[in-house]
Amino acid sequence: MAAPLLEIQGLKTFFFTRKGVVKAVDGVDLSLNEGETLGLVGESGCGKTVTALSIMRLISEPIGRITEGSINFEGKDLVAATESEMRKIRGNRISMIFQEPMTSLNPVLKVGDQISEAIQLHQDVSKKEAWDRSIEMLRLVGIPSPESRVNEYPHQMSGGMRQRVMIGMALSCHPKLMIADEPTTALDVTIQAQILDLINRLKERVGSAILLITHNLGVVAEVAQYVGVMYAGYIVEYADVITLFKEPRHPYTVGLFQSIPKKKGSAKRERLQAIPGLVPDLLELPKGCKFQDRCSRVFQRCREEAPLLLKLNGSHQVRCWLYE
Amino acid sequence: MEKVEALVELKKNKTAMAGLILICFLLILALIGPWISPHPPLVPDPINRLKGPSWSHPFGTDSLGRDILSRVIYGSRISIIIGLIAVSISLVPGTILGLLSGFYGRKVDEPIMRGMDIMLAFPAILLAIFITAILGPSLLNTMIAVGIVYIPHYARIVRSSVLSLKEQLFVQAVRSLGGSNLRIIFLHIFPNTIPPIIVYATLGMGTAVLQAAALGFLGLGAQPPTPEWGAMLSEGRQYIQNAPHVAAFPGIAIFMLVLGFNLFGDGLRDILDPSLR
Amino acid sequence: MARFISRRLFHLIFILIGVSILVFLMLRLIPGDPAHLLVGELASPQDIARIREKLGLDSSYVYQYFIYASNLLKGDMGTSIRSNVPVSQEIFVRFLATVELSIAAMLISSLIGILAGVISSVRQYSIFDYFSMMMALVGISMPIFWLGLMLMYLFSVKWGILPMMGRFTMGLDYHVISGLVMLDSLLSGDIQLFFNSVKHLILPAFTLATIPMAIIARMTRSSMLEVMSKDYIRTARAKGLSRGTVIFRHALKNAFLPIITVIGLNFGLLLGGAVLTETIFSWPGLGRYVVDSLSARDYPAVQGCILFFAVIMVIVNLTVDIFYLYLDPRLRIDGKG
Repeated sequence: MAAPLLEIQGLKTFFFTRKGVVKAVDGVDLSLNEGETLGLVGESGCGKTVTALSIMRLISEPIGRITEGSINFEGKDLVAATESEMRKIRGNRISMIFQEPMTSLNPVLKVGDQISEAIQLHQDVSKKEAWDRSIEMLRLVGIPSPESRVNEYPHQMSGGMRQRVMIGMALSCHPKLMIADEPTTALDVTIQAQILDLINRLKERVGSAILLITHNLGVVAEVAQYVGVMYAGYIVEYADVITLFKEPRHPYTVGLFQSIPKKKGSAKRERLQAIPGLVPDLLELPKGCKFQDRCSRVFQRCREEAPLLLKLNGSHQVRCWLYE
Repeated sequence: MEKVEALVELKKNKTAMAGLILICFLLILALIGPWISPHPPLVPDPINRLKGPSWSHPFGTDSLGRDILSRVIYGSRISIIIGLIAVSISLVPGTILGLLSGFYGRKVDEPIMRGMDIMLAFPAILLAIFITAILGPSLLNTMIAVGIVYIPHYARIVRSSVLSLKEQLFVQAVRSLGGSNLRIIFLHIFPNTIPPIIVYATLGMGTAVLQAAALGFLGLGAQPPTPEWGAMLSEGRQYIQNAPHVAAFPGIAIFMLVLGFNLFGDGLRDILDPSLR
Repeated sequence: MARFISRRLFHLIFILIGVSILVFLMLRLIPGDPAHLLVGELASPQDIARIREKLGLDSSYVYQYFIYASNLLKGDMGTSIRSNVPVSQEIFVRFLATVELSIAAMLISSLIGILAGVISSVRQYSIFDYFSMMMALVGISMPIFWLGLMLMYLFSVKWGILPMMGRFTMGLDYHVISGLVMLDSLLSGDIQLFFNSVKHLILPAFTLATIPMAIIARMTRSSMLEVMSKDYIRTARAKGLSRGTVIFRHALKNAFLPIITVIGLNFGLLLGGAVLTETIFSWPGLGRYVVDSLSARDYPAVQGCILFFAVIMVIVNLTVDIFYLYLDPRLRIDGKG
């Protein structure tokens, strides 16, 4: 088997604030092969976005810093890369789309300029060519009459449109990896489906791998082949999507499934079960397992020792003492 | 409770404390001036004209041989009083106009704010010159002129904070209980506009001192032999080639007082009005 | 957009009327006979009678105002008592000197102010940041008439590297083309005069630029800090753009909106500052003229100048509003928005 496109090992990204050290990402291991889609799931504040920003090396320094670990991408360790090396990778080999299409585009620049800017930067093309390719990208992401839309400003477009523009921008240089951070969360439900569909189609066409960050298991089921469940800064469970949906093992993952409404057709009307408690304060993490205070199956060992990532069958891994 | 917190924060705010120390220093100087001045500020000494700084005259002497240090010390009284009176002159009408304009809306707001716009169409110092041209040059008229010029600024500040307060729940609640308009304005809205007013008035003290000194410098303010800093600078201008100290020291005094108010005002703003940070 | 501009124009006309009424009332508020004030104390009874009739001083204030306003529209601001020349002419000649000085000060303050503000914001809490913000505070606290005098003492008297006063050395040949000395000297190929006038401009321009520079630097810093935390800046960085492109193309263009407002608002400060700066450096501009006129009790001249200054302010504010439209596409309402 070829080496994975992206391999993260023991990644730790901390924020050194006045109140103390926030361990936003505390030992994440992940790998992603070319052309695959990996869903990264978890509640807000669990470190999903920080993981993504760490890959892009867009953590706001000097408050935030990658303190440990490696991020291997196409055989290069991004943690050790210089800023100018990173600039050649960002937008070119790895691109990213963000949660808030309303605020993620620059209000004073035409959308065409914002797309062609990246094309011109990374590919050896003229201004005119870049502009034409921007129109092409707009057409590709399904924006009607792209020749005129390319001259518009973001405020003249709806949220769904803007997210299409963001996707077009992200794919304009045919990246090997696209990170999508909650790409549909801020959109209407009907538009969410369209955008997911678009991401799926374009991925095939461009051949990019996708790291999809979301809190929505439904979205993961639709798009991803593999799923990593994150909790309080690390991965608690990892599996291919079918296995995970069939046999979730970690009590947290189980809780996540119980907190989503079942489809209409299901036999009984069950009560939704919320996971009790809140994401722990990253400043005061307990000793042992980070999920202990919310776990229904907690036992003595959980309070003493932090669990290791245990291999189950196949690619399935879980960070829980129950399965040792 | 809130006040105590604000005081604690004030103590921690280095900018504000630096400003406060400067202001207090000059204030004390003004208060005890007559006892610490080495020489009388108004008595000429023809033998010692335009002498540079020395032990007996640390800041030197002016064209009539008067001790500049003593004149600067006496001048601090004048400048501080000018600042206080000028700010009060803009503050009181400005606040009332702003309250009415913000509270009653359209019919009252339009004429008041358009009037303010007309005043703001003049560069500040020109409007002040305009007013002194009408009233005639004197120390009192300087204060009046500077005071009138800045009325629109206070009116605007107060108006905008009234506009946001008006929509808030507590005002709506008093209204629904049948509180009279005047009662709402003065008992419920006015107290909440005080923090921005304090901030602006502190910064405004600096501006007023500066503008009054400028008028003095142009010969439109205090008349000789009053030891007003701006007027002293104006006199020093004639001797800039041979005796630069005559202009230098009053200017430093103006700078220190204004800097004090600006530092203190900046610090207060950080504490009282976090939205402006 | 058309509606916005027409509303601004309406507002402008309203302000101009208000300003002219105020200036008109000035002579009526000064104690003494307006006719005497307008022709001076040494005027003959015939002169007084003539002005009385010309301005309708024996009729009602309303009628008098209409005469005043219609004269203004014809460009007639009265006649200077001192020189017996129409005030409008006197103003025009001096206005160009003020324009030269103000533009120089505006450029200096904007360039340095914006640059310092940008550097401060991208290196927040650095030594540069603390230093430049401290300097900005010093700048707004300094009496510029004092700063001007001190600069004059140091650079002219003590070191003798820059001239003390005026626009160019007396005796140099100057062919007036536009009235802007620097421009004219270049047009007529007179390099000596050009450098001479630049040297004369340096001290007054820097003096006048101090306060606006400080304000612009502070505003730029805070506006940039706000913009730099926006999502679209992260998008720009995620594209792999260089730091410079992110700062100047993506951030500064957005941060410019409040900065432009501040530059526009400060134009009043600049004109006010011109009064002081011109007085110190004997710069033959409008600011000095108004002060001289006032001390000579040349009221027609004072009246004309004050009105003129207010008109300039109003026009500058309108320009800023229109410039805003150009900078912020969100304000350009064009049907689709």
